[in-house]
Amino acid sequence: MAQPSTAQPPADVVIETRGLTKQYRGTLAVDGLDLRVPRGSVFGFLGPNGSGKTTTIRMLMGLIAPTAGSARVLGSPMPRAGRSVLPRVGALIEGPALYGFLSGRDNLLRYDSADPTADPRTRKARVAGALDRVGLSAAAGKRAKAYSLGMKQRLGLAAALLQPRELLVLDEPTNGLDPQGMREIRGLVRELAADGTTVFLSSHLLDEIEQVCTHAAVMARGRLITQGPVAELAAGTRGRLAVTGPDPAQAARVLAVHGVTGLTTDGQRVTGDLPADPPDLAEINAALVAAGVRVRGFGLERASLEDAFVALTGEGFDVAG
Amino acid sequence: MSRAEPRAGQPGPPPAGDATGGRTDTGADAGVVAGPATGPAAGPVAVRAPRPGWTLGLFRSELVTVFRRRRTQALFAVLAGVPLLVGIAVRIETRNGGSLGGGGRGDGGPAFIEQVSNNGLFLTFAGLAATLPFFLPMAVGVVAGDSIAGEANAGTLRYLLVAPAGRTRLLVAKYVSVLAFCLAATLVAAVSALIVGFALFPVGDVTTLSGTSISLSAGMARALLIALLVAASLVGIGALGLFISTLTDSGIGAMATTVGLLITVQIVDSFPQLHVVQPYLFTHYWLSFADILRDPVSWTGIGKNLGLQALYAAVFGSAAWARFTSRDITA
Ligand SMILES: Nc1ncnc2c1ncn2[C@@H]1O[C@H](COP(=O)(O)OP(=O)(O)O)[C@@H](O)[C@H]1O
Ligand SMILES: [Mg+2]
Repeated sequence: MAQPSTAQPPADVVIETRGLTKQYRGTLAVDGLDLRVPRGSVFGFLGPNGSGKTTTIRMLMGLIAPTAGSARVLGSPMPRAGRSVLPRVGALIEGPALYGFLSGRDNLLRYDSADPTADPRTRKARVAGALDRVGLSAAAGKRAKAYSLGMKQRLGLAAALLQPRELLVLDEPTNGLDPQGMREIRGLVRELAADGTTVFLSSHLLDEIEQVCTHAAVMARGRLITQGPVAELAAGTRGRLAVTGPDPAQAARVLAVHGVTGLTTDGQRVTGDLPADPPDLAEINAALVAAGVRVRGFGLERASLEDAFVALTGEGFDVAG
Repeated sequence: MSRAEPRAGQPGPPPAGDATGGRTDTGADAGVVAGPATGPAAGPVAVRAPRPGWTLGLFRSELVTVFRRRRTQALFAVLAGVPLLVGIAVRIETRNGGSLGGGGRGDGGPAFIEQVSNNGLFLTFAGLAATLPFFLPMAVGVVAGDSIAGEANAGTLRYLLVAPAGRTRLLVAKYVSVLAFCLAATLVAAVSALIVGFALFPVGDVTTLSGTSISLSAGMARALLIALLVAASLVGIGALGLFISTLTDSGIGAMATTVGLLITVQIVDSFPQLHVVQPYLFTHYWLSFADILRDPVSWTGIGKNLGLQALYAAVFGSAAWARFTSRDITA
């Protein structure tokens, strides 16, 4: 087992915030955030545009000072311990930023030489390795200003991979990428996670989080709505029972008798929420048949993270905070 | 999940590759991205400690970055061009063996300009006297004003800071690169003037401002000393530009503000009615470098200039540090 030294949070938490708050002149961008990111997780930080994701990441990385509250990254307080924490963290924050007049390779050489813990003797090899890893070796000698958005995004990722990292913080890493590029980034994230790197990934895309993340936190208007393993979050909202057939009105009546609530009929399809103490689905199906309801389809629809979000916030996901 | 805790402050070899924890949920399409399977080492990474020697990498990178910019090279071209133009103009004026301005002094041309046709070495002094009031400090204002604000504007500042460059170290590296630019810019103007002067005019023993004569080699040594003093005269505006650069996220804004301040100060320095404030203006003792050409050299004005530049560096350097180490980086 891990042997955490005293007065430190357990080693299995890589990010922990307490009441983390940031107020810009008018706006409360982040409001009392209590976040816990377990070591080894692929942690999705989900929220619509403007919900405070980037602001949180900037505080975690010591770029801006919190108005209130505190944050610990890899067991040490930020921003105070930045010198010892940040070399172990790779970060992509609000998109890549490059020196347009330098080649992709020279951009990475510059970022690497800014790290006082980076060995200059291995610099060239590490830069070549990072470029290779994101598939940019062929374009390494080109000026970064000639790069496409996708190539810039990859170069930004390469900068985060210049050294072995304990934690990767990726702020919307698939922004501006085509579907193929998105798939590649997801593959890379899974690969890194398999190597044992904790990945903290922010996104406003629900399916992205569902596809790659083991854990997730949901933000809305600067507030943390919920956090936990993805499976639990989706399970938090019970699935809906769906019955399809030519007799929707009769079907709805039978379902209501069995305690199914929130019934909605959409053409030939009836859906509803199961009661808290759900009856055996086989019983309901038998009851439908016994009542002479013709059933074409019958089953429980698994709740998605989107359902969870809508249930938690009571609003659509596309609403900007 | 059981993992070894990284021990703080213990630099060590990369962790062995067998420390992959108990993860089994590897994605099905992992490995789509091309590349060998030489990924980061598994599990917690050994804590790397900064090495004093390695921190110099940032300084070298900073210098290389400043000097590789197109803008820097364009400024050098302007600074090399000014003495060339002055030299050609003097050459055309004195083509028929006449001397410039009919031998009269003080008709508005830069200092030393009348002696150029007799002794090409004086083009170095004239070239520095011509570029010091505006071209040189403008170039320094551009580079210093852009130093932090330009990186903030491009967003590269946040990546340098999470590298982590360290705010104090980055600021010092920036100021060092500005000072290196001051020296390089002055030398570009001086060397250009020296080459043009030697190519277009006769050279020989140097008559000092006191009327005595010194050898050509002694004259060239004094020219080098003058170039160093001119470069040192730019230390103040470099610090001022660096401070302004920490105030904004707009590189253009910081450059324009610094150059605007330079012009304002030059105007204030030219009104006799404002003599009360003039000894505190960073431009006020700039032309004291001419005292090097007296025999014996008079050090009073030069000392005042260097003291004033050091004062500006201390005041605005501290202000830049106070601002930069406490500000939010939101760009
Ligand atoms: N530098 C800033 N000054 C003022 N308000 C800001 C600044 N940065 C972000 N905000 C505001 O803070 C809120 C959260 O922004 P952000 O953290 O960028 O959201 P997200 O990354 O989730 O899209 C938004 O309302 C945004 O307008
Ligand atoms: Mg954002």
